[in-house]
Amino acid sequence: MDKREFLKSLIVFIPAGGVIASLAKQAGAKAPEPAYQAKNHYYGMGIEIDKCIGCNRCVEACKLENDVPDEPFYFRTWVERYTIKKDRTVVVETVGLRKGKRKEIVEQEDVLRSFFVPKLCNHCANPPCVQVCPVDATWSTEDGAVIVDKNRCIGCRYCIQACPYGARYLHPKTKTADKCTFCYHRVVKGLLPACVEVCPTQARIFGDLKSQASRLVRFERLNKIHVLKPDLNTQPKVYYAGLDGEVR
Amino acid sequence: MNEDLRERLGEMLEQVTGFIYPNEIEIHWSILIVVYPYLTGLVAGAFILASLVKVFNVEEVRPTYRLSLLTALAFLLIAPLPLQLHLGHPLRSYEIFLTPNLTSAMAMFGFVYAWYLMGVLVLELWFEYRRDLIVWSREEGFPMSLVHRALSLFSADTSDAALAFDRKAIQLITVIGIPSAFLLHGYVGFIFGSVKANPWWGSVLMPIVFLMSAIVSGIALVMFLYMVLTPLRGEPIDMRCLDKLASYLFYAVIVDFSLEALDFIHRLYQSEESIHILGTLIASKLFMSLLVIQIFLGMLLPVGIMIAVRLFSLTAELRKLFYFTAIILIQLGIFATRWNVVIGGQLFSKSFRGLTTYKMEVAGIEGLITALVLLALPFGVLLVLLKVLPPWRKAAA
Repeated sequence: MDKREFLKSLIVFIPAGGVIASLAKQAGAKAPEPAYQAKNHYYGMGIEIDKCIGCNRCVEACKLENDVPDEPFYFRTWVERYTIKKDRTVVVETVGLRKGKRKEIVEQEDVLRSFFVPKLCNHCANPPCVQVCPVDATWSTEDGAVIVDKNRCIGCRYCIQACPYGARYLHPKTKTADKCTFCYHRVVKGLLPACVEVCPTQARIFGDLKSQASRLVRFERLNKIHVLKPDLNTQPKVYYAGLDGEVR
Repeated sequence: MNEDLRERLGEMLEQVTGFIYPNEIEIHWSILIVVYPYLTGLVAGAFILASLVKVFNVEEVRPTYRLSLLTALAFLLIAPLPLQLHLGHPLRSYEIFLTPNLTSAMAMFGFVYAWYLMGVLVLELWFEYRRDLIVWSREEGFPMSLVHRALSLFSADTSDAALAFDRKAIQLITVIGIPSAFLLHGYVGFIFGSVKANPWWGSVLMPIVFLMSAIVSGIALVMFLYMVLTPLRGEPIDMRCLDKLASYLFYAVIVDFSLEALDFIHRLYQSEESIHILGTLIASKLFMSLLVIQIFLGMLLPVGIMIAVRLFSLTAELRKLFYFTAIILIQLGIFATRWNVVIGGQLFSKSFRGLTTYKMEVAGIEGLITALVLLALPFGVLLVLLKVLPPWRKAAA
């Protein structure tokens, strides 16, 4: 090949190469995107106190869905009943599981106000549990859930101590820290968390803070919102509407 | 599920007063985590006492110099054991070294520990004993000669220049060692003090209080060992040394007490939301361990004893008796301090509305027997160390 031939073929080769490259790029773009993109979502939960009737369906659904032990000392979510008496004393109790004895609550005359508060992991944006885990076994996902890897957790329980909300426990079978995941396995498939799914009064609202069409954003627009223990700067993503000042 | 655990937690459910979050029924950091800061404190305290000789040239306490170092080593070797036994997955603990989370105070433990053990204690002991090891190995028969030669890492240089280098190295290591000892135990305090969720722990004073109580317990332990071992060897107790140790102990207790009083007054005066539940906690669950054992028996009484010794010129025998009583009480008090921090911090609900109970196992892995064995083990290690590296046996020049 002499110089002239070489330059000629170069003139053909460069644009041809460009066309092939762009075709290849397009072919690449056609490769199916993964159905779920974490970066497009940021989850939270809304809870409307006045709608909760304390039926505990959410707790039972959670235990079934997530293999949470039956005993009344392991919960990923639970419901508290607050009774404020006329003398301003406050009585709080955890609503019992249906299997256990459930006392009939007789309306007493000295009650000033009474309400239920569903509790769960707040999936804090600034989570103290994640900060203290010595081996990075718990972390915040891109889409805003705080997750524990049970194959990595060493069971030191520092995260349980660091959580201000009592949302974590040590799973007696796996001997690792366990907690609410917003039912992450369901959420990535486009399903709702089990507790939200079964709530008969829609007291729990799950949604995507990044989507303007989300029910959670609507909930935030229509209600005065409060979070638990805001002074600790954990930046919870479980938002309460109608939260009473007595609730901790 | 473990039947035992189910039964235990079920029983505790009935002993809850007020309201606690349902997951809080289980006390997660048990007696083993009480033992851990107690042992680490003894290490730091014993080392700081040893440093007095080398850095501040306090000649009176020289008889306890080597004993302090060996004590620190014996306790340091056992200190991580309670942590290891307490893990849900002990076999995964190496993850802390391999893939530590740099924002976790606990993850730093491996590094602080390794640094203190290898960078400070073992190194200082080696330089301190090197010449003696060489001389001993020449004098003895098999197998101790081999053990001592191996421990000296087969060095053989006993020239003046080499000995001068040893002395310089010890000086340098001690200077680095003091902040390291402070770091070791201050850091243990930080593990608790940095937990903002828990008002009983979350205090900026926590590392300093831990450190001062460590110094108190370390000095008391070395005094104890010195007072027990010296007569066993048929030698007289050096009263100048003992009086000096006691005076350091006295000042350390005073500083420790002042710091804890400051913390207490500060909390009371600030009167934050948690003050009610903490008040109830002290008045009920911690009455015995905090007010009676820690403050009265562990602090006020020994301080009273030591003041009495200072006021009245007592005979040596009486002084020994008084000191011995005081140091036993102080050890008891410091153990109660650890108990009150670790267990006390878990007895109240983070809802600030109720208290739970700690029911200690006896035979289980996190039980009383394990704790007692762990507390006894360092003395076993120390016995071996004293046989191999006798602190009182000076090689002839």
